[in-house]
Amino acid sequence: MSELGFAKAHEIAAAVSRGDLTARAVVEDALSAIRNRNQTLNAFTDVTAERALARADALDADRAAGRPAGPLTGVPFAVKNLFDVKGLPTRAGSKINRDRPPAQQDSPLIERLEAAGAILVGALNMGEYAYDFTGENAHDGPSRNPHDVSRMSGGSSGGSGSAVAGGLVPLALGSDTNGSIRVPSSFCGIFGLKPTYGRLSRARSFPFVASLDHLGPFARCARDLAISYDAMQGHDPDDEACVDRPVEPTLPQLDRGIEGLRIALAGGYFRKGAFPEALQAIERVAKALGASREIELPEAHRARAAAYVITATEGAALHLDRLRQRAHDFDPATRDRLIAGAMIPASLVVKAQKFRRWYRDEVLALFRDVDVILAPATPCAAPAIGQQTFVLDGVEMPVRPNIGIYTQPISFIGLPVAAVPVPLEPLPVAVQVIAAPWREDIALRVAQYLEAQGAIMAPRPPLS
Amino acid sequence: MNDQDVTDRWIASSAALLGLPIEAEWMPAIRANVEVTFRMAKLVEEFPLEDEAEPAPVYGA
Repeated sequence: MSELGFAKAHEIAAAVSRGDLTARAVVEDALSAIRNRNQTLNAFTDVTAERALARADALDADRAAGRPAGPLTGVPFAVKNLFDVKGLPTRAGSKINRDRPPAQQDSPLIERLEAAGAILVGALNMGEYAYDFTGENAHDGPSRNPHDVSRMSGGSSGGSGSAVAGGLVPLALGSDTNGSIRVPSSFCGIFGLKPTYGRLSRARSFPFVASLDHLGPFARCARDLAISYDAMQGHDPDDEACVDRPVEPTLPQLDRGIEGLRIALAGGYFRKGAFPEALQAIERVAKALGASREIELPEAHRARAAAYVITATEGAALHLDRLRQRAHDFDPATRDRLIAGAMIPASLVVKAQKFRRWYRDEVLALFRDVDVILAPATPCAAPAIGQQTFVLDGVEMPVRPNIGIYTQPISFIGLPVAAVPVPLEPLPVAVQVIAAPWREDIALRVAQYLEAQGAIMAPRPPLS
Repeated sequence: MNDQDVTDRWIASSAALLGLPIEAEWMPAIRANVEVTFRMAKLVEEFPLEDEAEPAPVYGA
């Protein structure tokens, strides 16, 4: 097995910058890891080997010429296949989108990571049109959990979770509408950052629910999240929702520790239904932070319901023509939910959007007294691929829609969250470190502190 | 008419009005999804809000 595959992004960048490694050697190692392990993990749908090697050679030439290196120099990364990658049709996990013409230009987040020295090596498997929490895909097959390949990677950014946890790349990008960065982080035992809604540009990525869509990074440590997130910040007029704020680097704050931070646990709804491993994870994190205060996010169950309604209906509006013309080419599980969403009256959707504003104001008021709220990322560790039901709070419930019960009330109002992995046996599970809008720096500081304390880490899977 | 008949008529009428092709074997899953989405919407709708409450179609932090 490749040892470099489990190196952190910042370690690779440092070694390449010093000249201890060439970017070409790093990329060749990543391509070899993908060749050897992707047939098991099914994380990659496209490998951009030629492009990656050319980019690596250019970076090595830059170094030889004495040009300054970026903070991600020589770091291989991959993106969920809803990001535009020049030369590839942006399939977004679907069969239908494969008929699209190849993208003319990369997504701006790819451009920004490459400007920092990173090297794109491919595109990653995902649930169809991002309407998924499992990592399963009817067209490409499921991406698999490196800790137990019979288990879900989590969705919808399943390939991103699988590729990072499985040592194929140290860094990946995904999207999160209702939990699709935080769920794979939890199931695969890695770090994920869902920034504040409107922080990172979504231009040239295939949408799902415009009013809820976020993009963000996955990595195997908090520092790599901070470095990559910092590299991707900045206004982009090509995304209407992307705010015009100054870049607020998080890396300089990362090692400040938690002194002065007021940290509370989300109670009530966020305890109900949690499996023992999710409760164990949050207790371990709370203990490491010395946090014992519990607070209530008011009406969180209704927030989840409202997110569900908005998702089904906005998603249906996006795909209405495709449902009319090519219904047979959808994954049936996606199709049937989208058709149902098309049949929900607008009056109920407006009600959900009105509730959203009320709920946002109530939750933002909580941040007058706390800086960080902790909540489970998922109710359980990774279920088996294909598992249909589990028992939540004593009631047998369908797995697919209920994996996101703890993530949906948070992304519903766009709060920034670092998903941090707790290395439990036999499977990891993550905790959400939630901060006020635009305070990604605080979420990442807490993640870094927890990692330094040994309370969290991305465990290395038993892959051969 | 029982609840299922009402739902099935809603689905058939909506599909016709929206021009959505629906096959008989898709109906159980579509019905289940329509029912759960209406149930979720009801949970939201039951919560009292002022007439002046503003919707948030694009969230601004």
